[in-house]
Amino acid sequence: MLQNKQKNKTEMRHRDQSGKERKSKHGTLLTIIFTIISVLYMYPIVLVFINSFKKKAYISKYPFKIPTGNMYVELENYIRGIERTGLIEAFGWSMFITIGSVAAIIICCSMCAWYISRVHTKVTKAIYVMCLFAMIVPFQMEMYTLSKVANMLKLGNPWGIILIYLGFGAGLSIFMFTGFMKSIPLEIEEAAMIDGCTPIQTFFKVVLPITKPTCVTVTILQAMWIWNDYLLPSLVLDTKKWKTIPIAVQYLKGGYGSVDMGAMMGTLVLAIVPIIIFYLVCQKYIIEGVVAGAVKG
Amino acid sequence: MEKAIKRYFPVFVLPTMIAFTIGFIAPFLLGVYLSFCKFTTVTDATFIGLKNYMKVFEDPTFIHSMWYTALFTIVTVLLINVLAFAVALLLTKGIRGTNIFRTVFFMPNLIGGIVLGYIWQLLLNGVLAIFGRTLTYSSVYGFWGLVILMCWQQIGYMMIIYISGIQNIPGELIEAAKIDGANAKQLLRYVTLPMVMPSITICTFLTVTNGFKLFDQNLALTNGAPSKMSEMLALNIYNTFYGRTGYEGVGQAKAVIFFIIVGVIAVLQNKLTTSKEVQQ
Repeated sequence: MLQNKQKNKTEMRHRDQSGKERKSKHGTLLTIIFTIISVLYMYPIVLVFINSFKKKAYISKYPFKIPTGNMYVELENYIRGIERTGLIEAFGWSMFITIGSVAAIIICCSMCAWYISRVHTKVTKAIYVMCLFAMIVPFQMEMYTLSKVANMLKLGNPWGIILIYLGFGAGLSIFMFTGFMKSIPLEIEEAAMIDGCTPIQTFFKVVLPITKPTCVTVTILQAMWIWNDYLLPSLVLDTKKWKTIPIAVQYLKGGYGSVDMGAMMGTLVLAIVPIIIFYLVCQKYIIEGVVAGAVKG
Repeated sequence: MEKAIKRYFPVFVLPTMIAFTIGFIAPFLLGVYLSFCKFTTVTDATFIGLKNYMKVFEDPTFIHSMWYTALFTIVTVLLINVLAFAVALLLTKGIRGTNIFRTVFFMPNLIGGIVLGYIWQLLLNGVLAIFGRTLTYSSVYGFWGLVILMCWQQIGYMMIIYISGIQNIPGELIEAAKIDGANAKQLLRYVTLPMVMPSITICTFLTVTNGFKLFDQNLALTNGAPSKMSEMLALNIYNTFYGRTGYEGVGQAKAVIFFIIVGVIAVLQNKLTTSKEVQQ
């Protein structure tokens, strides 16, 4: 195997050198240009990182200077950021809400989607049409009434918000699941049923495993949205008791007259780092999920 | 089989439907109804007909935010799609480091709007400080600041979609065009563009709706300053609800109008670009 690969590589190099001299020069130039653009692209994040080690009074004044001498403050900004916003707890709640909501969406919506793609009645058709409709309604349309309804039903806690996210994410998720499930051959399920499976067993043992790629796509799309969502939790949650990360960041801005830039920088870095790590680990799935989601959406 | 499954309605459909009703249907219907009412909480609503809607159009900040949003959407849709497509074209040529560049360009998408807003506030205010200005000096700065932010965030996402579109073009098609003597420009115009039309449909749809619904970034970057001049529609609606007591009904009417605008644009845009897609 390995030898073969190496052979292939040398062969390819030969071809590059002999045939496409001009094109490879072109490629090098492009690589250089893109390297420069990439560095610039990362600059805003790097800038925040640099400023997170600067004394707060200097941040707005000299944002582009490297913190040295009396500008440098070790981890002070991070500590203050965590203390002021309760960021560690917010991280925990963000995790809880995101994982809980996505799990609920995957299980409930795939079940619902299977039902409406296998049972053809007026009710199931109406559900499908409503899901399509839900996809284009902007959140502002629902914002006020949703917060009131949630308040009335006492859903202003992390458990209640999972229910709301399930309802809100149902449109897109059911749409994507039904799209995939329509393409699964019925014979497989029929065979399972003849062998004595109940519909519930058939679904969990036969259908759900086949649906895995769609599950990944839905997970990625919903997790990206729910993790970063600010408005819905800020309106529905009792933010004195529970904060998510976006709420914690915004909290630094509100309440005080002038913003503590030091704490802000520390908080921003802490908000970004886990996402970047997660991204670098699961990059393949994220990009695949986005592509698949776009094709079906 | 259908009959056997049908009996399981409560297990399969009911949980989702309860959540869907609480999270979507009830607030939606209530919202439509309340847009015709005067209220401060949901329970004291009295029907007043179209008065809220008339008040909406007397509100100069709403009209302003509408134009501001429309202009913003046009500019970002054009910029993001053209740039994302160009980057996608270059990154499908197999140059060295393609994977790294793709990774870098996509990264800002995963960072939430609020965080992005504050990152760019620092950078843009730093740059503008050289000229003795700030982002909130005039709505023009806020506008272009937001445009840059949105481009930075979304080019990567759209690029990914375009790349997959370009990679899906069958190789024979390009070969055939080359044999027929098409040059690079013709290849792009008559082969690549028509073949990636589905991707263009999706990307314009996404950028249009993202532009219109933009909220978090607007809130974090300028929060409408100076004096609501850089306020976009979504933020304007939010401020009407939570910034002025007694205006909840007007806010809801604005929300209904907002929904209609977004809905009409989404449908129109989809029809327009889908009609240009070629059958494969």
